[in-house]
Amino acid sequence: MVADVPGYLMSVDDRWPARLNIVTGKGGTGKTTVAGALAIALAGAGRRTLVVEVEGRQGIAPLFNIGSLPYAERRVATTPAGGEVHALAVDAEEALLEYLDMFYKLGLAGRALQRFGAIDFATTIAPGMRDVLLTGKVKEATSRRRDGRRVYDAVILDAPPTGRIGRFLNVTAETARLAKVGPIKTQSEGVAAILRSPMTAVHIVTLLEEMPVQETADAAAELAGLGIPIGRIIINETRPKLLDGQRATAAEIKRGLAAAGVRAGKATVAGLVGEAKDYLVRQDVEASLRADLADLGKPMIELPFLPGGVDRGALNTLADVLR
Amino acid sequence: MAADRAAGPGRDGAPADATRLGAPTLDIDAILADSGVRIVVCCGSGGVGKTTAAAALGLRAAEVHGRRTVVLTIDPARRLAQSLGLTELDNTPRQVKGVNTSSGGELHAMMLDMKRTFDEVVLTHTDAARAEEIFANPFYQAMSSTFSGTQEYMAMEKLGQLRARDEWDIIVVDTPPSRSALDFLDAPQRLSRFLDGRMLRLLLAPARAGGRSMFNLVSASLGVFSRAVQKVLGGQLLADLSGFVAALDSTFGGFRERSERTYKVLQAPETAFLVLASPEPDAVREASYFAGRLARDRMPLQGLILNRTHRVAADELTAEDALTAAKELDERGLHPAAADALRIHAALCHQVEREAAVATRFTTAHPRVPMVSIAAQPADVHDVDGLREIGVALAGSAPFIAERRQTETD
Repeated sequence: MVADVPGYLMSVDDRWPARLNIVTGKGGTGKTTVAGALAIALAGAGRRTLVVEVEGRQGIAPLFNIGSLPYAERRVATTPAGGEVHALAVDAEEALLEYLDMFYKLGLAGRALQRFGAIDFATTIAPGMRDVLLTGKVKEATSRRRDGRRVYDAVILDAPPTGRIGRFLNVTAETARLAKVGPIKTQSEGVAAILRSPMTAVHIVTLLEEMPVQETADAAAELAGLGIPIGRIIINETRPKLLDGQRATAAEIKRGLAAAGVRAGKATVAGLVGEAKDYLVRQDVEASLRADLADLGKPMIELPFLPGGVDRGALNTLADVLR
Repeated sequence: MAADRAAGPGRDGAPADATRLGAPTLDIDAILADSGVRIVVCCGSGGVGKTTAAAALGLRAAEVHGRRTVVLTIDPARRLAQSLGLTELDNTPRQVKGVNTSSGGELHAMMLDMKRTFDEVVLTHTDAARAEEIFANPFYQAMSSTFSGTQEYMAMEKLGQLRARDEWDIIVVDTPPSRSALDFLDAPQRLSRFLDGRMLRLLLAPARAGGRSMFNLVSASLGVFSRAVQKVLGGQLLADLSGFVAALDSTFGGFRERSERTYKVLQAPETAFLVLASPEPDAVREASYFAGRLARDRMPLQGLILNRTHRVAADELTAEDALTAAKELDERGLHPAAADALRIHAALCHQVEREAAVATRFTTAHPRVPMVSIAAQPADVHDVDGLREIGVALAGSAPFIAERRQTETD
C-alpha cells in the first residue's frame, strides 16, 4: 500500500474517488472478474453502479449467473451492502444508431446505413471511430442524470486489454486524423475531456508474472503520456506467503512429519524439500515483480487466488477486499 | 472439492500429461525431423506461452535436427527478444547467437513489423508516386496500424514471403496475441472480403465514374444513405476515404487471391499446426474450438502442447494427510517450516488435480489429438539455454519427466 492514510481510516469513496473506473490489464489477468467485483464493492447502501463491457465477449453475464447481456442496462445483482449493480454490453453498431437517433432523428436512414453495411465498414476501416462510439456511450451513462440526481454513483468499464488501452482511450488523436470537423470530432472531444478529468481513473490488473507486469508498466507509461489518470494497480490471484523466506530442510521436514505421526519415506521427504524450494524460487520472482510494480508509484491492492474458481460468493469475497 | 477430483483415467496426483489423460503422446522430434514439414504454426489464445514455445521449437529444429530454421515472432517479451538478438523491429531475420550449429542447422529469428510489411505490400504492387499517395492517406495510416485483422494478415503475408524465398528448411510461426486463436485463420479472409466487399464497390463507383461526386449514381434509398453518411462523417472524411478506396483498388487487385493461396499452403501437409494451452479453463476451451475448426477445414493439427503444468514431487502423500499433519503441528506449536512445506504440498496437489480436470475437457472432445505437457518453470525463460531445456521437455525426454515415468511404472 502506498497510501498516506491507513486503509482502515478511509471510506470506500476515499479509496475509489473516481466516478468512471476503467479496468484494464493483460489478457488472462482476470480484469473482467475484477470489474465485476469492483461494481459490487462500490454499490454500498442505497448506491447504484453500472458495469459495462465493450468487446462483445459477454464476459460479465456469467459472473452474475445470467444469460447474455443485451444492449440495454439491466440490474444484475443487489449487493450484501444494500446497493444495486447494473450491467450493459455496448455494441458499436447499436451505439451509432442510438447516437444518430438522438442527434439527427434519422431512425430509418440509420437502419439503411446498417443494411448497407456502412456502419461495419466505417468502424472497420477506422477503429478509432468504433472506440469513440463505445467510449461515448460510457461517458453518457457516467454523466446521465434523472430527477436531479445521478443515475449511477459509479460506472465500471471492463476495458480492452493493456496492449490496446492507450489507443482505445486516446479517442481524439485517433479520430482527429480522420475527421477534422463535424459531429464525430465534437463527440470525441467531449469524451477526451472526461477521460482526462479527475472523474476518471484507470486501474490496471496484473498477475505476479513477467509479461503482465511488463505490460502494466508499459500501459502506465502510455497513459501517463496521454494525461489519463491512473488509479490503482490491482494484483490478482496472489497466494498466501508461506515459509517466510526460510528454507525447509530435509531434517526439519523429517522431524515435522514424525511429530505429526506421518510415516514417510526418503522420496516423500525429498519431494517436500524440492516442492518447498521451487515455491521459494517462485516467491523470489514474485517479490522482484512486486518491487517493479511498486516502482510505478501507484497505490497497489492485492486480491487473493480463489482455488474454487469465480462464482457469486467468490465475487463478493473479492469485493470485500476491494472495499 | 468434488469437481476437482473428476480427472482422467490416470491416478490422482499424477500431472496433467498424456499418460494420465489417456491421450496419444505428441512426438515433436518426428515433426521437426520430417523434411516434408516446412511450416510449423503455434496457435492458442493470448498468454499461453506461444512465443517461447515457437522459439524453443525453432532452436530444437536447428540444433538437434540440423535444419536451417527461421522463427517468425509477433510480440515477444522484451527479455526473450533480447536473448534472440531481436533488439529492433526491422522485419529482417537475424541469426541467433549461442546456438550449437554442429549438426549443420542454423537458427534465425525475426519480429513482425506490421506497418512495414503492409508498406512493402503496397510498394510491390504499385509505382512509387502512387505508393506515396497511399502512405499519406489517413485511412491507410489508420488501417495499416490499427485494423483488427491487419496483424494476422501481415503475419500470413510475411509467412508467404519467407516461404517464397525458399531459403529455409523450416519456418516456425508464432501467431498474433489475439483474443481468439481462430483470428489468425479468419482475419486475412475477413480483410480480403472487406476489401472487395459491397461497401467498397459502392464507394468506388463514383470514383471510377470520374470522382465528381461520391454519390452521383445512387438510387433513392441510397440518397437517404448518402445524406446520413455526409451528416455523420463530413465531406473531408469522405474525400479521404474515396481516395483511399480508389488507390487500394488499383493496388490490391489480387488481395483475395493472395490470401486464398496462403490458406491453401496452411492446408497442405507441409504445414504442421500445434495448439498451445495453459491448463486454465479459458485457454483450454479456446484450444478445443481451434482443434475443432482445424478438423473441419481439414488442416493438419499435429498436437496439443499443454504448457505450464505442475507436478507433485512427494506423490505418496495426499493433500488431505498433509493438511491434517500441518494443522496438528500448528496446534502443538511445532516445526512451523515443516507445516508450511506441507501446506505448499497440499496446494500443489489441488492445483495438479484442477489442471487435470481442465485438460480432460480437451482430451474428451479430441481424444485422438496427441499431446505433450510442459512443466511450469519457477522463473521465466530468457535465454537460449532455457529455450533448449523447453525443447527437451517438448520432445518428452526431460530427465525429470523420464524419471517420473520410471517411478510410476515401478
